[in-house]
Amino acid sequence: MQEILSRYETVTEDAVNEWFRVGEATDFPENSGACIKYKNKQIAVYNFSRIGKWYATQNLCPHKMEMVLSLGMIGDKDDIPKVACPMHKKNFSLEDGSGLGGNDLKIATYPVKIENGNVYIGFSD
Amino acid sequence: MKHIIVVGNGMVGYKFCEKFAEKSEAKNFKITVFGEEPRPAYDRVHLSEFFENQDAKALEMAPAEWYADNNIELITGERVCDIHRSKKTITTVSDQEFSYDYLVLATGSSAFVPPIKGVEKQGVFVYRTIEDLEGMLAYAAKLKEEKPNAKAAVLGGGLLGLEAGKAVKDMGLEPHIVEFANKLMPRQLDLRSSQVLQLKLESIGLNIHLSKATNQILGDKFITGMEFGEDDVLDVDMLVISAGIRPRDELGKTCGLDMGVRGGIVVNNKMQTSDENIYAIGEIALYNQMIYGLVAPGYDMAAVAVDQIIGKTETLMPEDIDMSTKLKLIGVDVASFGEPFMPASKGHSIIFENKTQYLYKRINVSHDGKRLLGGILVGDATDYNMLHQIYLNGMAIPEDPSQLILPASEGGASFGSVLDLPDTAQVCSCESVSKGDICCSLTEGESNNLSDVIEKTKATSGCGGCKPMVVDLVNETLKSLGKEVREVLCEHFNFNRQELYDLIKVNKVADYEEALNLFGEGHGCEICKPALASIFATITMETPNRQPGIQDTNDRFLANIQRNGTYSVVPRVAGGEITPDQLIVIGEVAKKYDLYTKITGGQRIDLFGAQIHELPMIWKELIDAGFESGHAYGKSLRTVKSCVGSTWCRYGMHESVTFAIDIENRYKGLRSPHKLKGGVSGCIRECAEARGKDFGLIAVDGGWNLYVCGNGGATPKHAILLAEQLDDETAVKYLDRFLMYYIRTAAPLMRTAPWLEKLEGGIEYLKQVVIEDSLGIAEELENEMQGLVNKYECEWKQAIENPEMMKRFKHFVNSDDTDDNLVFVPMREQKMPKAWS
Repeated sequence: MQEILSRYETVTEDAVNEWFRVGEATDFPENSGACIKYKNKQIAVYNFSRIGKWYATQNLCPHKMEMVLSLGMIGDKDDIPKVACPMHKKNFSLEDGSGLGGNDLKIATYPVKIENGNVYIGFSD
Repeated sequence: MKHIIVVGNGMVGYKFCEKFAEKSEAKNFKITVFGEEPRPAYDRVHLSEFFENQDAKALEMAPAEWYADNNIELITGERVCDIHRSKKTITTVSDQEFSYDYLVLATGSSAFVPPIKGVEKQGVFVYRTIEDLEGMLAYAAKLKEEKPNAKAAVLGGGLLGLEAGKAVKDMGLEPHIVEFANKLMPRQLDLRSSQVLQLKLESIGLNIHLSKATNQILGDKFITGMEFGEDDVLDVDMLVISAGIRPRDELGKTCGLDMGVRGGIVVNNKMQTSDENIYAIGEIALYNQMIYGLVAPGYDMAAVAVDQIIGKTETLMPEDIDMSTKLKLIGVDVASFGEPFMPASKGHSIIFENKTQYLYKRINVSHDGKRLLGGILVGDATDYNMLHQIYLNGMAIPEDPSQLILPASEGGASFGSVLDLPDTAQVCSCESVSKGDICCSLTEGESNNLSDVIEKTKATSGCGGCKPMVVDLVNETLKSLGKEVREVLCEHFNFNRQELYDLIKVNKVADYEEALNLFGEGHGCEICKPALASIFATITMETPNRQPGIQDTNDRFLANIQRNGTYSVVPRVAGGEITPDQLIVIGEVAKKYDLYTKITGGQRIDLFGAQIHELPMIWKELIDAGFESGHAYGKSLRTVKSCVGSTWCRYGMHESVTFAIDIENRYKGLRSPHKLKGGVSGCIRECAEARGKDFGLIAVDGGWNLYVCGNGGATPKHAILLAEQLDDETAVKYLDRFLMYYIRTAAPLMRTAPWLEKLEGGIEYLKQVVIEDSLGIAEELENEMQGLVNKYECEWKQAIENPEMMKRFKHFVNSDDTDDNLVFVPMREQKMPKAWS
């Protein structure tokens, strides 16, 4: 299981080697998450239309190693955009992947860009 | 330097000095205290102890040196006889004049002497001061020389009267207590506790005479007896009058302060009289039209006056004054607190009485059994402190409140609330957080609310099972810190669920986004989104297909998410009745999709292990065979469990299966604050376990008994009888009203049992609402429910017929691949997810 977790590391925008197209913006439900596949990774993509932002994180919740974060509800805690894991409601910041509300776990985040209605996620591999 | 003159050096006058001396501002003031009695203030409450040791010093509040040490000038044996408000001066009997900036009147009270013929005779005393006692002692000594078995009576069976009774007994006289009322301590005790106390007092030699109105005092020069009526005479050689108090308010009267009709100087909540430079405290102060004859309120008044004078003007006398008392009277514990006598209309009384041990305990609890309103303890007041605290703080009491007063050997247990848990008690076993961790986080200021506590201590962040207790602990601790506890949905909505329900309904709000814009702030979270989804569903019967983004994952995918991220499928099997053909369909579907199958506790079949993209295919086959969604994933009606009833069972009284099917079909799809389960049993053997459900019907002779607000789960609760012997139609009518009322008013994720516990007035109140229509909303509730019933449609059928809605049943947006992360292992004849590592 740790092997799976090690596949996910935060990619910053300047480290991007490949902007991978994952679909059209309209394929992604508003104010919700959806899952995309890139190589052997599952990435949760969030169309946070309420604040006009897109986020991408690993789909794997590091708490119990389930591929579920894209199913979680999004929102904010003290103005930090977040996702709540549907399994046990662990909260993670969408900005930097850090655990919120007394949760020491951390998830990887990926840059997202929208061009001509297409959604691209940035990867370094 | 400002000059304060305190008139009166009793207990309250002294307390004013003591509190003042503690303040740093005291150095800016000079205090002069006048006491009429020859000695400094003493503890009048324990006056009868003077007989044991005749040591006035032992009763002193503080020695004379204390006053000097604290820069307070104490002038005893000097009565103040006039106040000149225009000059701000006072004069004393010896014609000395003193000027003041602030005047504090604490002259207390004197004994009330009723106008009885012969009251002026020798041998008649009042019981108030050490001088009174010395007079009594001298007279008693003389009596005993002349008459070895002399008798003394005390007029008044109140607190002080009984103390006086002990005093005359200690003097070696035969004591008699004469009381006008039909009970002792009429202000503190009820009739039964008075009888217990009387037995005890008689056992130690006091003679008690109740319901006696004294006509006259007999004798020529000296008292020889008391006459109550014709031929009703008590021979006594001495009489102590203890028939109440009168405020020593002459000073107020002569200088023209506002006075009460029956005496007392009128004060406001700053303890100020009608002259802003003159304060009155203790038994002369008429506050809220009351004279408070207890020392504790007097001390509070002293503290208020001190703060007012030094400029801390926010300190005010509270509106409600606690008149609870506990004392040891002639070796007998007597206590009363809160409302000792309470009419049955306000609550229930629980009474424990054991005359052989001279024990009496009564507690009064609210009708819902949740709050302690007051009580009386005679013979054993060891529980007083805890009971008084529970009463003062409105703490939770046990479901069976008798535990609070039953002797330990009879199943009673020390119980208060979550706060009574030891600090070391582990509240959250997942994160090993103790009660102390949670409370300290609040008391030490690290946390201010529940979410802070969760963040700092991590309590509830594991399985969450401890959440109710943590919420209680946080609320109780905050309350004990004097902070307001307001239940709001989450940081995005400053309203509770019921308020939001009304706002959304009245304003015809279209969706979650609009609600957030109108009534909320921020961008929502996993608490408010599903809570509002539930509200929308219970107002308009909309299915989760309309706003999938605000649904809990289960509702979003109309299936229960399981341990490995796969889903389970539960078709509705109303009442648990299923045909062989339906069983075959379920079996075939399960086989085709390789699903693990299990019979559920709600008499239906659960199919586990479906992947998200398989859900529509599975449901298409089930719907084609006539099945509907079982809503096993929703906070909604689950099942109505039934026993086989009169159609087959030889004991059955009514057709429980038919009724269960009808009810389940009536409420299917109904969203509610939490899941709802029902049960219908065909006889009192109760094979459907209906009393373990949110609503249960049990067949009895003449109809159905309707029980509500039960559940299994972590805190099992039996449902409580709401109504008896109902016909089918009335049972459904009451159910409509009950369910709709719960749906409207419960907090999110609050099941019916805790809802009822929190409902003010409890089951009796619920009966009034549901049966007697006390709120006048019964018809509205029925119509709302009928509206929801009419709008039902199967949400799975809705979803599979709509390609737009089908889009979400896919694991990847950018690939038709399935989740390759799933690993199953075999178990018995079936499969299960690989265990968490």
